[in-house]
Amino acid sequence: MLKILKPGFFTTVQDCGRFGYRDKGVPVSGVMDSYAGAKVNALLENEESAAVLEITMTGPTLEFQADTFIALGGAEMTATLNNTPVSNYKVIKVKKGDVLSYGKLESGFRAYLGIKNGFTTSLLLGSRSFFFPVTERNSIKSLESLPYSPVKEFAPKISEMKVDADLDNASLKVYRGPEFEELTDRQLGELFSKEFSVAKENNRMAYQLNETIEGSNLSMLTSATLPGTVQLTPSGKLIILMKDGQTTGGYPRILQLADKSIDILAQKRSGDSIRFTL
Amino acid sequence: MKNYNISFRQFGLHTILVEWPKKVEEDVLLDILKFVRHLKKNHLYVPEWEFIPAYNSLTLVCRNKVLNFTELIPQLREWYNNKIEEDITDRHLWRLPVCYDEEFGIDLVDTAHKLKLSVNDLIALHASSVYTVFGIGFLPGFMYLGGVPEALEVPRKATPRAKVPKGAVAIAGKQTGIYPQESPGGWNIIGSCSVPMFNAEKEDPCFVKVGDKIQFYPISKGEYKLHLIENEVGIYKMEKIKLDA
Repeated sequence: MLKILKPGFFTTVQDCGRFGYRDKGVPVSGVMDSYAGAKVNALLENEESAAVLEITMTGPTLEFQADTFIALGGAEMTATLNNTPVSNYKVIKVKKGDVLSYGKLESGFRAYLGIKNGFTTSLLLGSRSFFFPVTERNSIKSLESLPYSPVKEFAPKISEMKVDADLDNASLKVYRGPEFEELTDRQLGELFSKEFSVAKENNRMAYQLNETIEGSNLSMLTSATLPGTVQLTPSGKLIILMKDGQTTGGYPRILQLADKSIDILAQKRSGDSIRFTL
Repeated sequence: MKNYNISFRQFGLHTILVEWPKKVEEDVLLDILKFVRHLKKNHLYVPEWEFIPAYNSLTLVCRNKVLNFTELIPQLREWYNNKIEEDITDRHLWRLPVCYDEEFGIDLVDTAHKLKLSVNDLIALHASSVYTVFGIGFLPGFMYLGGVPEALEVPRKATPRAKVPKGAVAIAGKQTGIYPQESPGGWNIIGSCSVPMFNAEKEDPCFVKVGDKIQFYPISKGEYKLHLIENEVGIYKMEKIKLDA
């Protein structure tokens, strides 16, 4: 078990997502930065679907109650194991009683903790990803324990990896969304020339942007949305849906982020700049 | 049945959006459901593919794979034009119990007043209509229902509530629905449904599917409380009628 001594700002268990229930309104969920999530699992030679911890902004304090191997990735959050600094993208052996804690957020916004063979919290609708009301809670709480299977021996093929995390990249690659053709020349001009910044309303469901463009009064029938769909509201606000985003919407879907750009955006926080590139 | 003039659109690298004429019509919805069934049976298999129907659209999502749209779109058009016409036979009418007591229907009196109806007439109208499920989304298990009688069309509340309770039955504009979980919301709350619309413990977490129909029937507070207990211990029996029989 992994004992949560302090939960941090917003820490969740995530895997690669919950598929097959979007027609019942259940979002996909899963790691926000799938690139970082996949890398820590790859280092540990885990299945792609192994569940990891997603740690947002401020890290938790965690006590391992059995031996295992871990790998950290994503945001740089000044992690220490028993007060000794540990770095990202490296296989680390941990012993019963070891304490992992996090300090200052240096870069990025979401850090990942992978564990050998993954966390074994309950599998609901085919996924361990936290999402209320599928899972009981939205995030971990103090003094709860997350299950994993102890591992004594593991000789990793690669013990350390250099990762091109792209955390400072401000450019998001986008495709035309279903309602792209409805955009006016002025809207198009604003969309691709302006620099936007992430609003304080940003979470696993959606990222809003501070700057607006000319609004859209296009009347639409509700239709499916995806993680990475950029919606334009009548007041000109841009809303980028993320992994826990609603599965349908009624605002024009003007752009669709490339998968890699969802990973990049997942590492942005309030005030960070972004640009759209078609 | 005739074939509609439908369009296909790339939506990111893994998804195709298919659109029918922009109408809220049962015939359009049925044609979408027939296409879904044809595709699932013959061409695009679950779980690799997901099918999300809503009003006049069908969204086809392929897990992981990057799609070749120049090949797939003409292929889909051909599959649509040559699909074998079989009637949809798995739709149900669900009869859902609603307690229209003022304890739950906190906007009931106010809404009746706005509509120039008596509370009893409002309840009778809401409960006598048969609604079609045109989509499920916004929240897990939230149904977009069509078929609200004109006499019940009322604007949404000027200021949305921060917390609408789970189970709240509400109306706004041409829509009515049930909040499957506590959430913010701006619709007028007229009652509470005693049957949970979403349960992640079940293999199918939401018993209703797009294309089904809903009818509400009034229950007393006593029956409401009994249903809650019956649901908790798992002995509540849903009232459903097979359509297309």
